[in-house]
Amino acid sequence: MPPEEPLTGSAGPADTPAYERVEPYELVVNGTRMTVEDAWLGESLLFVLRERLGLPGAKNACEQGECGSCSVLLDDVVVCACLVLGVDAVGSRVETVEGLTASGEVADIQAALVEAGGVQCGFCTPGFVVALHDLLRRAPSADDMTVREALSGNLCRCTGYGRILEAVRAVQWQRGAGVSTGEGPGDGA
Amino acid sequence: MRVARVALPTTVDEAVVALRDAPGAQLLAGGTDFCVEVNFGLRRPPAVVALRRVRELRRHAVTPETVVIGAGTTYADMGDPGLSSALPALAAAARTVGSPQVRNAGTLGGNVATASPAGDTLPLLAALDARVVLRGPSGERTASLGEVVTGVKTTSIGPDEVVVEVVVDRRPGPQQFVKVGTRNAMVIAIASAAVVVDVEAHEVRVALGSVAPVPVRATAAEVHIADAIDWRAAGGPRASEGALARFGELVAGAASPITDHRSTAEYRRLAVGVIARRALERCVARAA
Ligand SMILES: Cc1cc2nc3c(=O)[nH]c(=O)nc-3n(C[C@H](O)[C@H](O)[C@H](O)COP(=O)(O)OP(=O)(O)OC[C@H]3O[C@@H](n4cnc5c(N)ncnc54)[C@H](O)[C@@H]3O)c2cc1C
Repeated sequence: MPPEEPLTGSAGPADTPAYERVEPYELVVNGTRMTVEDAWLGESLLFVLRERLGLPGAKNACEQGECGSCSVLLDDVVVCACLVLGVDAVGSRVETVEGLTASGEVADIQAALVEAGGVQCGFCTPGFVVALHDLLRRAPSADDMTVREALSGNLCRCTGYGRILEAVRAVQWQRGAGVSTGEGPGDGA
Repeated sequence: MRVARVALPTTVDEAVVALRDAPGAQLLAGGTDFCVEVNFGLRRPPAVVALRRVRELRRHAVTPETVVIGAGTTYADMGDPGLSSALPALAAAARTVGSPQVRNAGTLGGNVATASPAGDTLPLLAALDARVVLRGPSGERTASLGEVVTGVKTTSIGPDEVVVEVVVDRRPGPQQFVKVGTRNAMVIAIASAAVVVDVEAHEVRVALGSVAPVPVRATAAEVHIADAIDWRAAGGPRASEGALARFGELVAGAASPITDHRSTAEYRRLAVGVIARRALERCVARAA
């Protein structure tokens, strides 16, 4: 924790007038070109998405890469948006849970999470959806250990993870991606 | 209100020029240390030179003699088949770092430049006497890891210098990295050890993390065990129980740990001896 300075609230423009502004810059988010204006140099991609571009899907929790609730895809790779400087996303493709939801790509993951009880307070859910989408397109039949490792950067304080893992197996089953262990949903665990 | 300079170079030379031209500019790689500090108000860069687009920093080259690893190599990249078969202990260390999200972003150069006692790539680099290549306005220089990482989060990297790559000599034989923390994922090391066994030179190299301000070599343990191993035993190198126990003690003796919020000095000293011995036993089992 910072010793003295109060949190500036998600690394937004600090109250201090001396904060460095950057020239307006363009980001491509969910396939759409968007302009970021009047931004402070130190703003994270997470802050820019939520507070400047009106995309609150990526959640703001730990601001130190520990919780995964701000997971987004940056040029097809899953990262924590809180650890990307907004200006450093220029020229890259940013995909947020909103984009994946609108395209319907993650509809089955969302449904399975709801069905299995993998959503309780729901705060971590968008991050899990993005991380799971990333995993299942790279490794459709990922076994249990692989799934657990892929989700190790996403914290959920409600479910105890069992129901989330159950939802993953259900998606794999529905997508016809025979899981390496040959288990169906509800088996094993 | 002033407008901050942001440079997004695509070559190392451009990065060096950008760093020189923007006073106070700071290098940004994967952001996994940098952005945490910014988010918590501990770092306030007046200008930034971002390295993510510098492709040449992300290259690695494996030859029969050496491995060259670009500073922009991410932890995820360290699992690349060519790189991980040449440096399996680096791949193992990389896999213990943070989470998939952190491994996709965090880089080798950032780990070296952050110079945390718990930096997980550093013990293996120390064990292999790694050389760090840096480039600045007046050209390139090569320094040992010990010359670059000089203390807890302090380095000799100049404000106008970019870490370009790290070079290590290949050692024929097994190598291991072992780390202790409170759990498997997302954990900063309480103690760590890298062990490299050279089956041709009959040499053992041991370096420790999180038990001193900088990564330390356990030289007395190295000399002892190289001497105690029966290198020509049928079925591969062997060491007696007594020799292994002594090895663990000598490793613990090389540590100068502190007590902090993560652990106590006593536990760190004990643990580092145990894990170094375990790493050595795994190496010996693999050399058979
Ligand atoms: C949640 C989380 C978990 C973590 N877990 C671990 C862990 O288990 N083990 C571990 O070792 N670390 C861990 N870290 C720390 C961090 O991921 C590593 O130290 C990482 O290697 C930093 O690299 P980066 O590319 O992100 O550097 P950045 O954050 O971009 O930069 C870090 C520093 O290095 C400088 N720098 C970067 N590249 C260069 C270069 N080429 N030349 C000169 N200077 C440069 C920057 O100016 C800055 O001062 C963790 C971090 C987080 C957020």
